[in-house]
Amino acid sequence: MAIMRKHKFSASVVAAAALVLSACGGSTGDASSATVDSSVDITTQKLVISNWAGYYPEDLPAKVKEAIGVDITITNHANNEEIMGKITASDDSGIDIAFVSGQYAQALAAGGKIVNFDKAAIPNLANLYPEVADLAYDKGTNYAAPYAWGTTGICYRSDLVDFTPDSWNDLLNPKDSIKGKTTMLATERWLALPAMKLLGYSMNTTNADEIAKAKEQLVKTKPTLLAYDDTAYYTKLVSGEAVLSESWDGWCNYGIAENPNIKFVIPKEGSDLWADTMVILSSSKNKEAAHAFINYILQADVHAWVANNILYKVPNKAATETLDPALSTSYPNMGLTPAELLKGEVVLDLGTDSKLYTDLATEVTSS
Amino acid sequence: MVKSGGSKNSRHLGWAWASPGLIFLTLFAAIPVVSMLFMSVLTAGRFGGVTTPINFDNFSRATDPIFVQVILNSLVIASATAILSLLIGFPTALFISRLSRKWQIILIVAIILPYWTNFLVRTYAWLVLLNNEGIINKFLKNIGLIDKPIEMLYTPGAVIVGMTYLYLPLMILPIYAALEKVDKNLTEAAYDLGSSVWKSLRTISIPLAMPGILIGLIFVFVPSLGNFVVPELLGGGKTVMIGNLVRDQFLKARDWPFGATFALILTLILIVLISLQSYASKKANVNA
Repeated sequence: MAIMRKHKFSASVVAAAALVLSACGGSTGDASSATVDSSVDITTQKLVISNWAGYYPEDLPAKVKEAIGVDITITNHANNEEIMGKITASDDSGIDIAFVSGQYAQALAAGGKIVNFDKAAIPNLANLYPEVADLAYDKGTNYAAPYAWGTTGICYRSDLVDFTPDSWNDLLNPKDSIKGKTTMLATERWLALPAMKLLGYSMNTTNADEIAKAKEQLVKTKPTLLAYDDTAYYTKLVSGEAVLSESWDGWCNYGIAENPNIKFVIPKEGSDLWADTMVILSSSKNKEAAHAFINYILQADVHAWVANNILYKVPNKAATETLDPALSTSYPNMGLTPAELLKGEVVLDLGTDSKLYTDLATEVTSS
Repeated sequence: MVKSGGSKNSRHLGWAWASPGLIFLTLFAAIPVVSMLFMSVLTAGRFGGVTTPINFDNFSRATDPIFVQVILNSLVIASATAILSLLIGFPTALFISRLSRKWQIILIVAIILPYWTNFLVRTYAWLVLLNNEGIINKFLKNIGLIDKPIEMLYTPGAVIVGMTYLYLPLMILPIYAALEKVDKNLTEAAYDLGSSVWKSLRTISIPLAMPGILIGLIFVFVPSLGNFVVPELLGGGKTVMIGNLVRDQFLKARDWPFGATFALILTLILIVLISLQSYASKKANVNA
């Protein structure tokens, strides 16, 4: 009995140590370059693609099959954190292409988890706005092909607020009339963004003093909030529970679609520029089909079809030029020009300093 | 000879019977806990995962007042949930145990039935009930009881109510199981001898239901303490619990060692409580 117990314990220890060690693997290294073998018949390859739920046209798999002959399976992730967890938890997640925000692509590239594109296999990269190549998370568009981009602002009920919001101050130090009726994003970098911008700091700051000052403001703001909410705030705006919310531009559209009194504004202190991108995982055994898929999405008519479907701006010049101008009348964010967007600060991965923001968010939300 | 051989066989047979359970527990309880232990003393990798060197900084980091506060908050909220569940669950279980067999089955099924619905859907239902423009506030406004909506949603109270609703069956069922076995003649005899309702409860029903009550308290307390979805949905992200910390460290900060440290603290709290429960339960059985 005693011997049995000892054995069992040591077996667990060995297995656990193996698990921990396997988690250690692949934590360093840079993105390796992919070479596309043009002799490969891509129709024999199958792709597993992970994207946000509701962030792509439903009939995308059928269209892809028809156009390039590749079978694709789309799995959904709820947020960047979830897909990062899946990718970093093992050496092969079984996923070929992941849709992640730019700063996460930056982290994956630095960790050697994704490949540098073989650009000859993605000629449609030429359709993108030239400014895309300057985006700081991936200068030169080497490993992250942008899918959609946008900014963060204030989404509000023009019929229920008695002023026209134009500043982060309207959210952070709200007038009495809207106290208890505002929401902020819960994901820490965006939870911090309004305070950083109001105080005139960079949203990528790692300066302890600046973070402490932002925390002070956010702690002061907390009692005036209805909730921290990343996903359902537009329904709160529609019901009138909330009248003013920090919001990603495309999410505000879901509210506008249900109530035209909902408006979107980018505060005068400035905001961010985020991009959601497509990356090819190093572990993919179907890199030829993966390149073909990305090339297909970047095709002008396809990317325009995506934009019409998800109501987010696409960084594709050729596609944007074909969009119906009426779209930007109903959904003002769709009319933002690249120049306007590029005024925003590009969200960067902060590596080990990410925990400064996690601690900030914990300290604010549990204050 | 024969006798000892028999007992040896039955011992082997015992191991054989236990092996599926033991294998399961080794794979899904022992190994994860031990790997968590390892992980908590390693260093966070730049992009998640863990690397060397070994260090114990995370344990001192976890004693930072802000994190201690979160742990205390979680204990308070989980305790309040367990107590509220007991206050609702005990009378319900007592009531059901006194009904005819047929009605007992109907009501027990009715209590289990909502469990077949997805837990997120059941939690969302509370959003509809509690919000400022929600059903309860509208009703109170319409009958003229209030002018301004009562703020119920996005408070710690909403978290407690939501979790009580989710875990109430875990309180009712073990108490019911204990009470159902109690000889009804005992309480009848007590009444015949002039005992008050309260006295018969205090001297008969409660002591005899004690093992069930203790199990119910643990069954409700354990999932409440680790819950992170309800604080997010019904607490509006303004109530942070230890489960949120674990999730955030793993997924957002990508600091697996620190997340593992909190998971370990959570496990330790639960081991202590379950030991207390089994000690108290043994004592209750002896007294009963």
